[in-house]
Amino acid sequence: MDLPHHGYRSTKQRSRGGPPSSDSVLFDDTSSTAPMNSQGYYTPGYSMGGPSTDMQGGPAMNNMFTDPMANAAMMYGSSLANQGKDMVNKEISRFMSVNKLKYFFAVDTKYVIKKLMILMFPYTHQDWEVRYHRDSPLTPRQDVNAPDLYIPTMAFITYILLAGMALGIQKRFSPEVLGLCASTALVWIIIEVLVMLLSLYLLTVHSDLSTFDLVAYSGYKYVGMIFTVLSGLLFGSDGYYVALAWSSCALMFFIVRSLKMKIIPSTDSMGTGGRGRETDRQTDRYREADRYRETERDTETHTAY
Amino acid sequence: MAFTLYSLIQAAILCVNAVAVLHEERFLSKIGWGADQGVGGFGDEPGIKTQMMNLIRSVRTVMRVPLIGVNTVCIVLLLLFG
Repeated sequence: MDLPHHGYRSTKQRSRGGPPSSDSVLFDDTSSTAPMNSQGYYTPGYSMGGPSTDMQGGPAMNNMFTDPMANAAMMYGSSLANQGKDMVNKEISRFMSVNKLKYFFAVDTKYVIKKLMILMFPYTHQDWEVRYHRDSPLTPRQDVNAPDLYIPTMAFITYILLAGMALGIQKRFSPEVLGLCASTALVWIIIEVLVMLLSLYLLTVHSDLSTFDLVAYSGYKYVGMIFTVLSGLLFGSDGYYVALAWSSCALMFFIVRSLKMKIIPSTDSMGTGGRGRETDRQTDRYREADRYRETERDTETHTAY
Repeated sequence: MAFTLYSLIQAAILCVNAVAVLHEERFLSKIGWGADQGVGGFGDEPGIKTQMMNLIRSVRTVMRVPLIGVNTVCIVLLLLFG
């Protein structure tokens, strides 16, 4: 049946129309599109666009919902679906902050092109510092040095498809291989992020790299891998090894220059420029305390003289 | 190397089992890695050995009880599906 699906989809679109107010200062939440009216069906509880669509969809609605039982059943089903969605959102936001995830996907075309060029040729890039805006890092749209998760995700999927295509050219392809390649690559990413977290903990490196940052930086290597596989397909095994050497050196340079700023703590004694990005909860808790401490320290040193 | 997600889960279960099996007084104290042998210095560089000891002790404390359930599930799955 089409109708329950339409009902669910229209409710899903409508609840995306409420953007979180806290981070609309930093980046525009373009996920809140105007809710599209599909067949004029909606639950009466949602007043967004309700009265206007009632006029348009009136005659069509009367034809469909003459049966009050079906009407009530569909309303109940859509309210159930909404409850399920709210519960899922609540559970997910207990494990990871969805706002922080949205920060990583706030990219635009200009940023992607510049970042891809930096990834393949990082030797001419001058300024590697991540810029801040009142204690919180700038979004990738405004700062080309900020890590994002869009490029790693797309590069990961493109690499899997490209590997499948390469296997198909060599007549070794079957659909199970694609799934196996995908889960193998995912397992390697997970292992790498876990090893990096373990090393950061054991060496007591007090950096402000969150888990998503580590996932982003370990996903940037898929861009180099795509380039290597492509040149291996086009130019044979010589092209493969040359591209492998080139992308390895470029990625090594990129990672060292990017993470050098984040791992090595700044030696600014007053702490004005040293604090990097912290997690959402930490930032909320410590921002006020740090500002208060800084002003207190300022007044102390002034009175000491 | 063809890994699946399930083999990663199995490897993780095996590693956590290996850490949980280390006995406090029979083994760790003998080699100087016991919980009461921490230096306890308040400097900002605890050192790798202290961090490892803390990690082992916290893994053993936290994962003792859930590991029982996870191991049972894993054994049953292996018996049923090979």
